[in-house]
Amino acid sequence: MITAERKPMEELTECMKPFGRILLVGCNECVTVCAAGGRKEVGLLSSALQMHFMKENKPFEVKELTLERQCDPEYVEELAPHINQVDAVLSMACGCGVQEIARRYKEKPVFPAVNTKFMGASESQGVWAERCAGCGDCVLGITGGVCPIARCSKQLFNGPCGGSTNGKCEIDSSVDCAWQLIWDRLKALGKVDLYEENIAAKDWRTGRGGGPRKIIREDLAS
Amino acid sequence: MQNFEPVIVAFCCHYCAYTAADMAGSKRLGYPPNVKIIRVPCSGKVDAIHMMKALEKGADGVYVAGCLDGDCHFKTGNIRAARHVEAVKKLLDEIGIEKERVEMFSMSAGMGEKFAEVASEFTERIRKLGPNPVKTSAFAQVRQAVG
Ligand code: SF4
Ligand code: SF4
Repeated sequence: MITAERKPMEELTECMKPFGRILLVGCNECVTVCAAGGRKEVGLLSSALQMHFMKENKPFEVKELTLERQCDPEYVEELAPHINQVDAVLSMACGCGVQEIARRYKEKPVFPAVNTKFMGASESQGVWAERCAGCGDCVLGITGGVCPIARCSKQLFNGPCGGSTNGKCEIDSSVDCAWQLIWDRLKALGKVDLYEENIAAKDWRTGRGGGPRKIIREDLAS
Repeated sequence: MQNFEPVIVAFCCHYCAYTAADMAGSKRLGYPPNVKIIRVPCSGKVDAIHMMKALEKGADGVYVAGCLDGDCHFKTGNIRAARHVEAVKKLLDEIGIEKERVEMFSMSAGMGEKFAEVASEFTERIRKLGPNPVKTSAFAQVRQAVG
């Protein structure tokens, strides 16, 4: 999932200050799962913002709405009946959702309420960790199912570096060394021969190095 | 301010604090009428959103009363409740509202005295803090009048 975290209240109250009526929009997908911008977080932020401005004696109204998916035009369309009744939109979706609203409602200011972090997995209740950097040319098949790009601090393809100590990365002893994980998994699979093979320099054009990316499925595109 | 009677919302777990309130009643132990009890199946069921909405709608203080350590009927509900209370305290702090307006208490079903004591002490704490700043704002009063 795409993970996110709510921005500090100070930043949010500052950017909402010029407005009197806002639409606070959540998303039912990733940000709901990582407890950053689902219906519940929308309710909480709405309360916090209203309480803050009431305390400041400033009229401030919030209309709460949570869309099925904020990164799909079909769902973003559902905001149309409400958009003219508000001065601004505050979105609790990831950056994709915020941009989709900005694209559809050109005249309405839109602000992000969360900081979009990374593509990750849930490690345990309330803990999410980075897993994939969307490089566009996945190598998990030869690295024992552990990503050397998202999980090695130096994005090494033929690791580990000299800083790997007792399974931990040199940047922080709470971070697992990705190459230790890769080695352990290859051993468990009986595939340590894969480790001996040098991985060639990566062509980063499949990733962000090639500029903004697009997927076009001819069979589905209209 | 002299006539200020705080409105307190107490989320009480069915297995402990709610029964303790009953116990206080049958023992004829007085506690302030300011405390409005909401019975919940487990204190862990009380989410940050319930506490925030209560404060937003004008409660002056909110507390959650759950079972004693290790006694939760659902094992860890009281631990989760305490974390939810901490999260609300943090959020209140961020928006400049006294975090003392929310609290977590623990008691067993047999502790009628403790229930009455907590209710009185918390009411006094909130009385000292004064009304929820959200309620005293001119805009909030208009908002409440309009409904
Ligand atoms: S190799 Fe690339 S696509 Fe595969 S998990 Fe890592 S970043 Fe993601
Ligand atoms: S210690 Fe491991 S994870 Fe950290 S930079 Fe070196 S190889 Fe990568």
